[in-house]
Amino acid sequence: MLWNDFIWPVAWIVIKIVVILIPVMLSVAYFTYYERKLMGLMQIRRGPNVVGPFGLLQPIADGVKLFFKETIIPSGANRGVFIAAPMLTFGLALVSWAVMPFGAGLVLADINVGILYLFAISSLGVYGVLMAGWASNSKYAFLGALRSAAQMVSYEVSMGFVIVTVLLCVGSLNLTDIVMAQKDMWFIIPLFPMAVIFFISALAETNRLPFDLPEAEAELVAGYNVEYSGISFALLFLGENVNIILMSGLTAVLFLGGWLPPFDMAPFNWLPGPMWFGLKIFIVLFFFIWVRATFPRYRYDQLMRLGWKVFLPISLAAVAVVAGVLVAFDLTPVAG
Amino acid sequence: MSFIARGIKSFLLVEMLTGMSLTFRYMFRQKVTIDYPYEKGPLSPRFRGEHALRRYPNGEERCIACKLCEAVCPAQAITIEAEPRDDGSRRTTRYDIDMTKCIYCGFCEEACPVDAIVEGPNFEYATETREELMYDKNKLLANGDRWEIEIAERLLADAPYR
Repeated sequence: MLWNDFIWPVAWIVIKIVVILIPVMLSVAYFTYYERKLMGLMQIRRGPNVVGPFGLLQPIADGVKLFFKETIIPSGANRGVFIAAPMLTFGLALVSWAVMPFGAGLVLADINVGILYLFAISSLGVYGVLMAGWASNSKYAFLGALRSAAQMVSYEVSMGFVIVTVLLCVGSLNLTDIVMAQKDMWFIIPLFPMAVIFFISALAETNRLPFDLPEAEAELVAGYNVEYSGISFALLFLGENVNIILMSGLTAVLFLGGWLPPFDMAPFNWLPGPMWFGLKIFIVLFFFIWVRATFPRYRYDQLMRLGWKVFLPISLAAVAVVAGVLVAFDLTPVAG
Repeated sequence: MSFIARGIKSFLLVEMLTGMSLTFRYMFRQKVTIDYPYEKGPLSPRFRGEHALRRYPNGEERCIACKLCEAVCPAQAITIEAEPRDDGSRRTTRYDIDMTKCIYCGFCEEACPVDAIVEGPNFEYATETREELMYDKNKLLANGDRWEIEIAERLLADAPYR
C-alpha cells in the first residue's frame, strides 16, 4: 500500500529527474569547454589543450578547483540572501528542464501550459540575480544586478510576442504539440525573422555578449557575481550556463522542430530523437559562441533602444501579421 | 534613397553577417599559438637572459676582476672581491650576482673587456626559493660551461653589428 502508492512513484520520479539532470550538468560542464575551444579557434588560438587529451578534462579540473575553494562571505553582506541567491539561480535553471521534451513522450512533466511555465521560470531567474547583487553590498554587484534585471525584463516582452506568433501557428501551449506541429515544416522557414529576433532576445535574456552588460568586465569587474567565490560562484555560473543551454533547447523546440529529423527519410530518421535534439542544441550553442567571438559589447542605452524601440514594435507587428495571414488563408490550427 | 538602402541593410543584418563570416573564416586559419614547453619561439642573438661567466678554451677563466661590470651595473646587483692568485694573476675570489635585483640591461656584458660576463640565451631558470637566485661565482662558471657553445655562436653572429 505505502510502497505502491507513495514510495515507488516518488522513487520513479527521482530516477527520471536524475536521468535528465546528469546529461544537463555534463553538457553544462562541456559547454564551457566548447566555448573556450571555439573562441580559441576563432581567435586563431588553440584553446584548452593541456588537461587530458585535447584538454577534454579541463571542465572537470575547473569544477574540482571551484569545489575546493573557500566560500568567502563579505562582512557587509546579508548572509542569508547572499547564500540563497546562487541556490535560487541554480535551482530555477534546473527546474525549467522539467517540461523540455527530449523525444516523443520523453518529457518529465507533459503539462499543457509548458511554454508559459518555462517563461515564468525564466522570469523568476531575475530574482536570483537581483538577490545576489543586492546581498553582496557592493557597488559593482548592485549595478550589475540592476542592469541585468532591466535587461531581462525588457527582452522578455519581445520574446513573449515571438512565442505568441509560434503559438498562433500551433494552437497549443504544450511543448510536445509545438514540436509535432513542425512535422512537415520547421517554423524557422515560415517564421524566419521571428527566429532571428528570438535568438537575439535569448542572447540578451541570458546576459551573453553582445548584451553582457551585467558582467561588463571593463566597467563592472564581473557584475552581480563579483563577491562570490568557490562553490557559490560555481552555482551562479552553472545556473547561467544551464539557462544558455535551456534557451538553445527552447530555440530548437520552437523553431527547429525539437527532436524531429530534418526530413522523415532513411538516413535521417535512423538517429533517435534525443540525439537530434542534442545536435540542434549543439548548433544553436555554436551560434551563441560565434556571436560572442564576433561582436563587441552594446552600450546600455543602445541595448534598451534595441529592445523597446526595435524588437517590441517588430514583434508586435509580427503577431498581427501572422494572425492576419492565418485567418485570411484559413490556416488557423484546430484546437486538438 | 540612401536612407532606404541603410534601413534595408540594417534590417537584414548585413554588417553583422559580414562580421560573423569573418570570424567563421578565421576558425580555419593556422593557429598562431606556440605550444610553449614543447615548442619555442626564435631568440635574437642579442637576447639577454641568464648570466654566465666564460672560460678560455684552455680552461682558464676569462674574468680579470677589473670590476667594470660592478661599476656600470645600474641596479648594483653585482658584487666582486679580488686578490692576486698564487701565480700572480689577478682573479676574483667572489663574483656574486643578485638575480632578483638584475634588470637585464646587458651593460655588464658591454662593459666587459674580455667577454667574460655574458647574458646567455637561457630564460628558464625560475626557482622555488629566493635564495637560489643569489648566484655566486661557481654557479656563473657552471652556467658558462653549460651554455658555452650557444654563447660563442651568438657572439659570433652578432659581432658584425657591434
